[in-house]
Amino acid sequence: MAEIETHNYDVLVIGAGGAGLRAAVEASALGARTGLVCKSLLGKAHTVMAEGGIAAAMGNVYSEDNWQVHFRDTMRGGKMLNNWRMAQLHAQEAPARVMELEEWGALFDRTEDGRILQRDFGGHRYARLAHVGDRTGLEMIRTLQQHAVHRGLDVYQECTVNRLLKDGDRISGAFGYQRESGRPILFRAKAVILATGGLGKVYAITSNSWEGTGDGHSLAIQAGADMIDMEFVQFHPTGMVWPPSVRGILVTEGVRGDGGTLRNYSGERFMFNYIPTMFAAETADTEAEADAWYEDRSKRRTPDLLPRDEVARAINSEVKAGRGSPHGGVFLDISTRRDAEYIKRRLPSMYHQFMQLAGVDITSEAMEVGPTAHYAMGGVRVDAETAATTVPGLFAAGEVAGGMHGSNRLGGNSLSDLVVFGKRAGEGAAQYALGLTADPAVDAAEVDQRAAAILKPFDGGEENPYTLHRELQDSMQVNVGIIRTEAEMRAALAKIAELRERLGRVQVEGNVQYNPGWHLALDMEHMLTVAETITLAALERKESRGGHTRDDFPGPSEEFGRMNMVVRAGAAGLAVRQEPLPPMPAELMKLFEE
Amino acid sequence: MPQAHLRVWRGEEDGAYVEYDVEYEEGMVVLDVVHRLQATQAGDLAVRWNCKAGKCGSCSAEINGSPKLQCMTRMELFEDGETITVAPLKTFPLIRDLVTDVSWNYRVAETMPELKLRAPDADGHRRMMQIDIDREQEFRKCIECYICQDVCHVIRDHPENQEKFAGPRFFVQLANVAMHPLDENPRSATVQHGFGLDYCNITKCCTDVCPEGIHITDNAIIPLKERRVDEHYDPVRALLRKAFGGKSDS
Repeated sequence: MAEIETHNYDVLVIGAGGAGLRAAVEASALGARTGLVCKSLLGKAHTVMAEGGIAAAMGNVYSEDNWQVHFRDTMRGGKMLNNWRMAQLHAQEAPARVMELEEWGALFDRTEDGRILQRDFGGHRYARLAHVGDRTGLEMIRTLQQHAVHRGLDVYQECTVNRLLKDGDRISGAFGYQRESGRPILFRAKAVILATGGLGKVYAITSNSWEGTGDGHSLAIQAGADMIDMEFVQFHPTGMVWPPSVRGILVTEGVRGDGGTLRNYSGERFMFNYIPTMFAAETADTEAEADAWYEDRSKRRTPDLLPRDEVARAINSEVKAGRGSPHGGVFLDISTRRDAEYIKRRLPSMYHQFMQLAGVDITSEAMEVGPTAHYAMGGVRVDAETAATTVPGLFAAGEVAGGMHGSNRLGGNSLSDLVVFGKRAGEGAAQYALGLTADPAVDAAEVDQRAAAILKPFDGGEENPYTLHRELQDSMQVNVGIIRTEAEMRAALAKIAELRERLGRVQVEGNVQYNPGWHLALDMEHMLTVAETITLAALERKESRGGHTRDDFPGPSEEFGRMNMVVRAGAAGLAVRQEPLPPMPAELMKLFEE
Repeated sequence: MPQAHLRVWRGEEDGAYVEYDVEYEEGMVVLDVVHRLQATQAGDLAVRWNCKAGKCGSCSAEINGSPKLQCMTRMELFEDGETITVAPLKTFPLIRDLVTDVSWNYRVAETMPELKLRAPDADGHRRMMQIDIDREQEFRKCIECYICQDVCHVIRDHPENQEKFAGPRFFVQLANVAMHPLDENPRSATVQHGFGLDYCNITKCCTDVCPEGIHITDNAIIPLKERRVDEHYDPVRALLRKAFGGKSDS
């Protein structure tokens, strides 16, 4: 092991999106020696692609807004499966985290009187999303990045963690490799924060970049952590559908928040046919009322802004019924309600993206959109206060953590989740690490064994990693996608087993230096683990709720509505168990009684 | 299916262009074709990318000699049968294939001044009018693709200047700090420091290639240069300096 580059930290943060950067800043501020590892260059993490905004009940546009309303919206959006304490802390702390971003340099769009402007989004009762046009994620990551580089953190760019290391029950570090040189790297760390983001790359149609391979989910599973809510995958209702090369690229919900409406092939505003009972009281049931809502908030809101799971299912049904647009989506049109100047100012990247990639001018034509795998509600089970997982020394924040969003995340609640729980994870990990009296030990033999194992794809097989990946994506898309059945999910499990066996015979060309084929071969192990976890949890949940819809169990069940699906790796592989939700205190229950 | 004829740099400094024929479909961008090449003929082809939507600035390359984002360059731009040459950015040291070592930019970023904002109003809000931040927001559209750095001949032709010249991307960041309505940094930390601004002779190469359409020269570099001149040659200040030996900070 002597020749492996080694670094020592109190806290090692894996992932440098919004959650990882915020966690690293906090841990470092509390005096922990902090290292930050990211798979891409700094500033390129998936947070950069977030568009619409960051949800925080600041009440700048509607003074009636407060944390209780935000909490209630979040729980209802998640179909009451959320970890109530996480949802509460999130709603309470998001405004302070937004103001902190402003202090660190973020320049949000302004109200008439110079405060932070907030926009409407699906499932949020009031205009609540602080934003910068439709590039809020870029603003957030650049702000955090520029703040972080002045805080004395060590950043390891283009470095991929392949395994977490443990000393007995507790975390002792992480093993990885450097993309540029291909050399292994060892981090000895008292605490590790997973902030690795999502897993969209297990699906064929996704808004996620190459990085979203579920590494953190898989690392946590391998380390023996509990996973929660893994069956819930958010299919964002509006991804691009044409041309084929851009299929899946995100179209912000801000288009609908700012006045865009969904129509089917015959021009019908079909969302009026899909208003669920739970949201009927507050949703307009005529076009006239929905149109009036844009100017008059005493009216009920348009069903175009129902939570994402509802809209994605509706679009899916329209397309299946043969009422879709020419390229298999539906139409999203803002040009009939807003003028070109307004659209270009509010949605500059959408304008640019459609003009350049699809040749569509959104100021005069409708977009074609359809669902795209976007976000994992499920993830590592964490303690709400400290972001601690069930493995001592292991913490998780952001998309890789589960619980906060229940069965369906509201738009805008992700960016706020990143900074609220990023900060808490930084605190939790720093306090844990600084409280340890002895350094946990790293097993040298295990490190040597890993260093040899990661080189295996260079000798001995015939399988192409790109082909294996494509087959997994196609299977998950068809079998464990928006609509699921037991038979299809069993087929997915068989496919996962087959791919796992073939991955043992994977062959990559070239050498270890900056070799994407090799990196994909190593990521495949994570993606297979994650795909299996999603499928097992989805099989166990015999009902439809949020981002999990079963053709064989349509509709929600009261029994499953009281349960979380928890997955953990044991000696016999992955096992699912049902656990009752933590009970919500009476004073919070009251918020749902109106 | 149409075929693209690609000429791609392979290897390190001593590498060479290798020609490939790759099938493509309507609507594809250069990055799609590079990915297809990677998946079918050249599994180890090194290329950086993340968002594939022009938002992250990872996939910069020189395409037929002009630096562009591969993800925003549509195949329709090329004639049927035209050879498409895809090369790494020339200004930065080559790692392999299409990937270069852009770490110099990250080192410059560490030298940039941080914002120092005035305290918020009594109610905790910081008030700024939209009109006062419009230009700032233009600067903050930067996706750090480093294409402006790549074409800037101050460094493209003279790598030794990297020691004393921050480059257009960072002049934009500097302008962002210097023009923030609530920033309280002394000018010595921003405008007066200069970061090699004087080397720029306003050829606008950076502005021409910016995929975000930021008016780098007109809105960032020239105003910074003007402020610098104002400060330096302000006759009243010069007199005060002479009389009291004070610093030129405002």
